[in-house]
Amino acid sequence: MSKFKKKSNTSQEIPTSALPDIIFMLLFFFMVTTVMRENTINVEQRIPPATELKKLQRKSLVAHLNIGKPKPHLIPVLGAEPRIQANDVYIETDNLVKWVLEEKDQINEVERDLMTVALKVDKEVKMGLISDIQLELREANARRLLYTTILNSDE
Amino acid sequence: MARNKRGNPEINSSSMADIAFLLLIFFLVTTTIANDKGLMIQLPPKPDDIENIDVKLKEKNLFKVYVNSFDKLLVEGEPMQDISQLREKVKEHVTNNGRNPEMSDSPKKAVVSFKTDRGTSYELYISVLNELQGAYYEMYAERVGVSVGAWRDLSTKLDDPENRRLYDKGRDVNANGDVMFPMNISIAEPSKIGGN
Repeated sequence: MSKFKKKSNTSQEIPTSALPDIIFMLLFFFMVTTVMRENTINVEQRIPPATELKKLQRKSLVAHLNIGKPKPHLIPVLGAEPRIQANDVYIETDNLVKWVLEEKDQINEVERDLMTVALKVDKEVKMGLISDIQLELREANARRLLYTTILNSDE
Repeated sequence: MARNKRGNPEINSSSMADIAFLLLIFFLVTTTIANDKGLMIQLPPKPDDIENIDVKLKEKNLFKVYVNSFDKLLVEGEPMQDISQLREKVKEHVTNNGRNPEMSDSPKKAVVSFKTDRGTSYELYISVLNELQGAYYEMYAERVGVSVGAWRDLSTKLDDPENRRLYDKGRDVNANGDVMFPMNISIAEPSKIGGN
C-alpha cells in the first residue's frame, strides 16, 4: 500500500513568472508587423473573389489604386460615379500618366520597369472605366498589373 | 536598524501579464495584414509602339469569349449560362494539337481572346479571367506534375533555379528559348455598346 501513497514533497505549481515575457514577445511581434494605414480610403471597396491568386513578392515595387463609388457620406459632394483614389486624393484618368511617373520616381532606378500597379476595384464598377485606366497605364509604360482579389473560400 | 525589520520591498508584478495581454489584444485587433494577392496580367505595349504587322490568325486557333453589358457570356459563338464549363473548354481548345479541325493546331498557336463591353461588371470580368488563367495553370501544373497551388507559387519565385527549371518545363521552352506553351490570353478593348 505504501507504494501508492508515496507523497512527494515537491511543489506542484507551474512557474508563471515567465508568462509576461512570453506575452511581451508576442506583443513586440505584432507591434513590429503592424502597418498603420496611412490613407483613409474614401471609395467603396467590395473586392470580388477569385481562386487562382498569385502573391506579389516585392512589396516595395507596388503602387496602389483604389477604384469604386465614393463612400456614402461623400456622394452629395462628389456624385455617385466611380472614382479613382491614388494615395490620398481622387485623380482623373487623364492624370494617371503623371501619377505613374511620380510613383516610378520613388523606386530605385534599376527596378523601375518591375513596378506593379495593384488595382483594388469595387465589384460594381463597369469595365469602361477599367479599360480607360488600362489604356493610360499602357501609355505610361506601367504594364505589370495586379487585380487585387480575395480568395474564394467556397471551393 | 529598525528599518531592517520591514519585509523585502517587492513590486507586485502579477498584473504585468494582464497589462501585456491588453496591449497584445489591442495590436491584434488593429493589425490588418496587407494582402497583395490577386490575378496578375501583363498589358500589351503602347499602341503606337507596336509595328503594324498584319497578324493573321487562323479562325480555328482563336477561342473567343465575349461578355456583353448584361453580363451574358458568349463562348465560341454560343451562349453559356454556367461559367464553370469555361475552364474545360479552354483546356480542350488549347491541348487539341490539330485533332479536331475546328480547334487549335498547337498550344503555341492557340489564342484565348477575351472581350468585354464597357458596361460589363468588373465582378464578372474577374471571374472569367480567373477561369481562363486557372485553365492554363491547371495545364501547366499537370505537365510538371505539381499541384496547381504549387505551380502558382513557383511561378512568382523565379530567382530559385529549381523553380525556373520547372517553370520552363511547364511552358515547354525549347533550346532556342521559344516558349512552345505560352499563356496566350488576349484581353481586347471593350466594345462601346453598353456605355458607361
